[in-house]
Amino acid sequence: MEQRKQDTAIINVRDLNLFYGEKQALFGVDLVISEKEVTALIGPSGCGKSTFLRTLNRMNDLIDGVKITGDVVIDHENIYKSNDVIKLRTKVGMVFQKPNLFPMSIYDNVAYGPRMQGIKNKKELNIIVEESLRSAAIWDEVKDRLKTSALGLSGGQQQRVCIARAIAMKPDIILMDEPTSALDPISTLKIEELINNMKQDYTIVIVTHNMQQAARISDKTAFFLNGEVVEYDDTDNIFSTPQDQRTEDYVTGRFG
Amino acid sequence: MRQFKDNFFRGLLWLSAILSVAVLVMIVGFIFYKGIGLISFDFIFGDYSPAGGGGIWPMIITTIYTVLISLVIATPIGILAAVYLQEYAKQGRLVRLIRFATESLTGIPSIIYGLFGAVFFVTTLKLGMSILAASLTLTIIVLPVIIRTTEEALKTVPRSYREGSLALGTTKLQTLYKVILPSSMPGILSGIILSVGRIVGESAAIFLTAGTVAAMPDSILSSARTLTVHAYLVTQESGDIELAAAVGIVLIVIILAINLSATYISKKFNKATNK
Repeated sequence: MEQRKQDTAIINVRDLNLFYGEKQALFGVDLVISEKEVTALIGPSGCGKSTFLRTLNRMNDLIDGVKITGDVVIDHENIYKSNDVIKLRTKVGMVFQKPNLFPMSIYDNVAYGPRMQGIKNKKELNIIVEESLRSAAIWDEVKDRLKTSALGLSGGQQQRVCIARAIAMKPDIILMDEPTSALDPISTLKIEELINNMKQDYTIVIVTHNMQQAARISDKTAFFLNGEVVEYDDTDNIFSTPQDQRTEDYVTGRFG
Repeated sequence: MRQFKDNFFRGLLWLSAILSVAVLVMIVGFIFYKGIGLISFDFIFGDYSPAGGGGIWPMIITTIYTVLISLVIATPIGILAAVYLQEYAKQGRLVRLIRFATESLTGIPSIIYGLFGAVFFVTTLKLGMSILAASLTLTIIVLPVIIRTTEEALKTVPRSYREGSLALGTTKLQTLYKVILPSSMPGILSGIILSVGRIVGESAAIFLTAGTVAAMPDSILSSARTLTVHAYLVTQESGDIELAAAVGIVLIVIILAINLSATYISKKFNKATNK
């Protein structure tokens, strides 16, 4: 069992510390994330779970004054040692809290990433767009209106197009930062089903403030508190037999 | 009593609105009343004759020249500067200083720019009183306008667009080019339009740098007069209010056309981007 975990590890984080200026936000995070599994990051607001997620595709680089120590190894490459952020982000896609489609057509949104990589062939793009939208379970809803503005879609549809946009890059890993927090229950359910299907092909790391969601969709769960990982285990164990008192208090709803 | 206060305040608001519209109507009405009699095909498209009765075509051409030359120089520099300040520069003391400087520049009376232009462009750079010297002076006048409006437009682009684009493995330049600039285009355009208005309406700075030669310019190195300078001079020299008013009508129509096209263009852009 231990051996298998080693083989399938795709993300390996060791002693990761992150500072916003003087303020430390992550404290010695160690986490090994397995391939083609859904890993949920849970914890109260401000516990560092989103910050941690954003270290995995170096999104924190955009913020002035962020300093990071420790190692994040993705696919055998230490992402803070190599300087190819562009390549990293093509392998590690991201879906954000609120749908953030560009003010362009649905087609152009999904084709955006591949086009920026230099794919110009129309047939090739058509195939990528269709496959991506199908994988994101939104093709049937939008196939007749691909050329209309993506911003005319409902929030739930937009978020699935965002997932399609990430899929279009054919990434290995998809990071999701509370992807359903701005959506209604039905749209949330659709996205959750989608995530369940997607783990056949992708490694998914999802931040959620919704513990039921973590329990429903994830294989492993990491509980963050004040910038530290308190407990990291199979999701079933975290919710049924947590080892740490703080984890138990949190998952049973005593705080957070 | 509270009801009365409410009504009184409402009346005050209404009065202020009416007053400002009335002033506008009065001015436009006065100018049209005085000048409309002179407006004719020959007046607009005819060559100027010092003896009187000629047209203002040379002034229209001069005005168009100054607008075009100033914008061709100011627009790219202004947009690039704004992009640097907003997107690339580390927000610190230097950037604050540059911002403060551009803000201060917008407040300086145009006659000061005119004096600077007359000394620097006309004399030091030996451009002489010319359309080029005036255009360069106008470039300095509108540059802060373009920088400010472009910066404001860039600020309105949601952070989530930038993040969404960068998260797809694009470079900063690609993100700028494909997402940020298109989204801020309506704002940038309105800055350019505002600049056109500023240039067309400018007189003091042009008077001091382009001179007053009332003839069709041979080249951009010729001295010439724009519409506003012409309106000023005919009032000043011959007290010909009718002629000045007729020039005023042409100016008003030009400004109106610019504003309408601006609204149209930004609507079109909004349609393309929003829905």
